[in-house]
Amino acid sequence: MATLSSPLRVCRGILKELRALQGPSYKQSLAYSYVMDQFRKNKVTGERYCRAQQEAHHASHTYLCLLASTRSHLALHNLYHAKGERSPEEVAGLVGLRLPTQPGGKGWEK
Amino acid sequence: MFRSFAKIQRQFGSLLSFCEVCPKKRPLTGGLNYSTATAERKKFYEDVSISQGEGGLYEINLDRRKLKTPGGKLFTVPNEALAIAVATEWDAQRETLKFYTMHLTTLCNTALDNPTHRDKDQMISSALKFLETDTVCYRVDEPHGLVELQKNEWDPVLHWIENRYNVTIGASSSILGPEIPEQTRDTFRQHLNSYNFWSLTGLEFVITQLKSVVLSLGMIDRHLSVEQAVLLSRLEEEYQIRRWGNVEWAHDYDMYELRARTAAGALFVHLSSESSTVKRKLMQD
Repeated sequence: MATLSSPLRVCRGILKELRALQGPSYKQSLAYSYVMDQFRKNKVTGERYCRAQQEAHHASHTYLCLLASTRSHLALHNLYHAKGERSPEEVAGLVGLRLPTQPGGKGWEK
Repeated sequence: MFRSFAKIQRQFGSLLSFCEVCPKKRPLTGGLNYSTATAERKKFYEDVSISQGEGGLYEINLDRRKLKTPGGKLFTVPNEALAIAVATEWDAQRETLKFYTMHLTTLCNTALDNPTHRDKDQMISSALKFLETDTVCYRVDEPHGLVELQKNEWDPVLHWIENRYNVTIGASSSILGPEIPEQTRDTFRQHLNSYNFWSLTGLEFVITQLKSVVLSLGMIDRHLSVEQAVLLSRLEEEYQIRRWGNVEWAHDYDMYELRARTAAGALFVHLSSESSTVKRKLMQD
């Protein structure tokens, strides 16, 4: 069995991600009520081995991972890859060069 | 040139919707085409909700219009949890729809449309092809540190799956990989046969992401968490990062994308194969 963080932490993590996605009104969302409902239903009532609860725990952990990774991936995407390619002028500028503006250099005569 | 191609497709898409008889029932295609997954589209709705339609299937409503798949079918999912997760993805979009962040929607579309027109047997065969070249079965001879790392990290998972399914897989450092007995393949084929079409779609997606049947089954069987599975799948890269340093725009970017995709696949398998569990839990209370 994979070692997972405690259900409470996972629950709070998911709610945090939902708030990041949906803003302050996240408590009215479908996902919020569903997640809270599931966590309440799967609360431990004794020390019994409960397969359904472990399944729910693993699934909730997976969902948290999905939300958190998608957010991080999108942040990195926006930071590094979202603007498309640089123009030739910009690329030349990066290495301290300038594109010729005035025609008349070598090869122009033909 | 690619941009103009996308533009043509967009126009083609709007042409298609003009052809509809009733403008109110215009098809709401998620992405117009599978190949334009990186293209973004303007957000055209405010409110996302779910509803239960015919046969107990759940549908997604965007401002009272029903979501459809790129293939034009009605978008339906078998249970509430999956519907809510998909609705959350649509709800999370801001000014533009970023389809590359909507992994669960993509998986549902694939399962509904089945764009490659394959049946279960073909999917199982293509999934099991990864067993021959499984990431955890290919070992290196040098450098010493990586050899040790692979042995320490991959062997426990390999032993676990060999015990769990009572099969022989083995590892090898030859270019041909380990000899996998026919019996092992049969066992896995039988096991995968017990999955339904939807969960098989998810499982195949996970396998192609992790490039490993062993790690995928380890994760689906809840032996590994998503983070562990992704780490083990990228073991050599992690080793190189530790040695040469981490580059955020390549390494972290790839890792988060892989994690998101793998988690989506795992959740998809879980949610589409465990609908009976959800019901049982509801009845317990």
